[in-house]
Amino acid sequence: MKILVCISKAPDTTTKIAFKDNDTRFNEDNVQYIVNPYDEWYALVRALELKESLGGNVTIINVGPADNDAVIRKALAIGADDAVRIDADPSDAYYVAEQIAQHAKSGNYDLIMTGKETINYNGASIGAMLAELLDLPFVSLATKLEMSGNTATIEHDIDGGTEVVECTTPFVLSANKGMAEARIPNMRGIMAARTKPLTIVPVANAEVLTSIKNYQLAAGRVDCKYISADKPEELIDLLHNVAKVI
Amino acid sequence: MSVIVIAELSKGKIKKASLEATNYAAKIASQLSTTVTAVIIAKAAEASLGDLGKAGASKVLCISNDKLASQDSQLMTKALEQAVAAESADVVVFSHDFTSKAVAPRLAAKLKAGFVPAAVGYPSIEGSAFSVKKNVFSGKAIADYVIHSTKKIIALLPNSFPVTLGEGSAEIVDFSVNLEGIESRIKVKEVKKESNELSLPEAELVVSAGRGMKGPENWGIVEDLAKSLGAATACSRPVSDIGWRPHHEHVGQTGIAIRPNLYIAIGISGAIQHLAGVNGSKTIVVINKDPEAPFFKAADYGIVGDAFEIVPKLTAAIKQFKANQH
Repeated sequence: MKILVCISKAPDTTTKIAFKDNDTRFNEDNVQYIVNPYDEWYALVRALELKESLGGNVTIINVGPADNDAVIRKALAIGADDAVRIDADPSDAYYVAEQIAQHAKSGNYDLIMTGKETINYNGASIGAMLAELLDLPFVSLATKLEMSGNTATIEHDIDGGTEVVECTTPFVLSANKGMAEARIPNMRGIMAARTKPLTIVPVANAEVLTSIKNYQLAAGRVDCKYISADKPEELIDLLHNVAKVI
Repeated sequence: MSVIVIAELSKGKIKKASLEATNYAAKIASQLSTTVTAVIIAKAAEASLGDLGKAGASKVLCISNDKLASQDSQLMTKALEQAVAAESADVVVFSHDFTSKAVAPRLAAKLKAGFVPAAVGYPSIEGSAFSVKKNVFSGKAIADYVIHSTKKIIALLPNSFPVTLGEGSAEIVDFSVNLEGIESRIKVKEVKKESNELSLPEAELVVSAGRGMKGPENWGIVEDLAKSLGAATACSRPVSDIGWRPHHEHVGQTGIAIRPNLYIAIGISGAIQHLAGVNGSKTIVVINKDPEAPFFKAADYGIVGDAFEIVPKLTAAIKQFKANQH
């Protein structure tokens, strides 16, 4: 079974978010980058589990500059067989999806996996876009994935519940919490990752359809107003007359 | 070149988030001097379609095709593409919900339309310059996205704006789509859904609880409070992980992100990953016995104390408040 796992680079979840150049760029000073958690914990680890039980190959793909190689090596250390980096600026979801699609077209992958979204841009777009560009079925927000021959049984989140579906390969899937447990790379994995193949692919021709003009930090809250545990009426009064939410 | 809004039915009614998206589309349409066409997978006889007119749509295209029953995004995209072409629409609005997460990016890729998911504000339109804001960094910041392409798709984060219904009416027409030669490869085997619950992403009021509740058997007081308010219930990640509450109630970074008018958090410490899913809420109330709980720093109102005493008192007071209102 050939699996392609799309990974993105994301700032560590504890990063203090700041911007520079008149709020037009994310300030990367002192930022520790990690593999986007949804891509790693759920998509990549489940792909590795499937490979371990059924055989096959897990390839990682990332779109980004040479700086990203450190994050790609982290994903290789967890156990992927090889990696592809497309040397392009990942600024727009469609542009990124086109890059991956043009590589995946000739790869004969049985399964293409992404995390449900990145924790920095929260777009949740790449998986569905890839599926469209490759004319494949797409299953979003999968929490369980089992394979039997070329048929997958998938449980995924829907509005107010879950749904179990079957789909034959090839298809694209976005992975949500529940798919697998996070793995910590061991020393052998880290050593092996250094020599695993990382192929750099030149940028493919694609349009950039969106760009970010500027950023602003979300408005914080003013100080919390404390209410005595004995006076629930006071809270109700504030919610009704001040916050006007009830 | 009308503005298209994709609407959905739930239990025989237009989803609230769809009415909100229709309002939003109407605002864009008025800026572009055009009208709104709603597209919905439904039979034209459906009684509640008139609400789309009240929300600002001039026309409703009803698509009724058995192949769309399973909501396979591959077929939905082909159907919606035909509706967009028929209306020569340049702007398509979705509500950023479960269906749109699978369909909207596909349609964007198909149409080469610049896509902004989880938008939180009205677009700024000046001549051909078009930009719209969305949450980034899991709610910690907002980015203003410029859409360069002629075709544009926006998925509006639910509960960004209050729904307003006016006196308008829409022309309701059947729209037949050609899906011949395409078969869905996705077969639905089972649907597990709590049918009588309020939809969490759409709920205006949410009562949420965490490990401070000590066990699933104690959720009665949480449900009573939610019921007294007409609120949906939610929970923190640890509580869904250990199976005290169903997975679909889990809000936070790894669960779903919500932005209700009121979020009441009971016995939830307020880890950064939890806040990422709820910090868009308009008003946050935190009830926790630990005065050092980090959630108080993100709250508008706080009560320090034992949830098992406070919550029933609050429920009683709300019932009293509701009774006085009538």
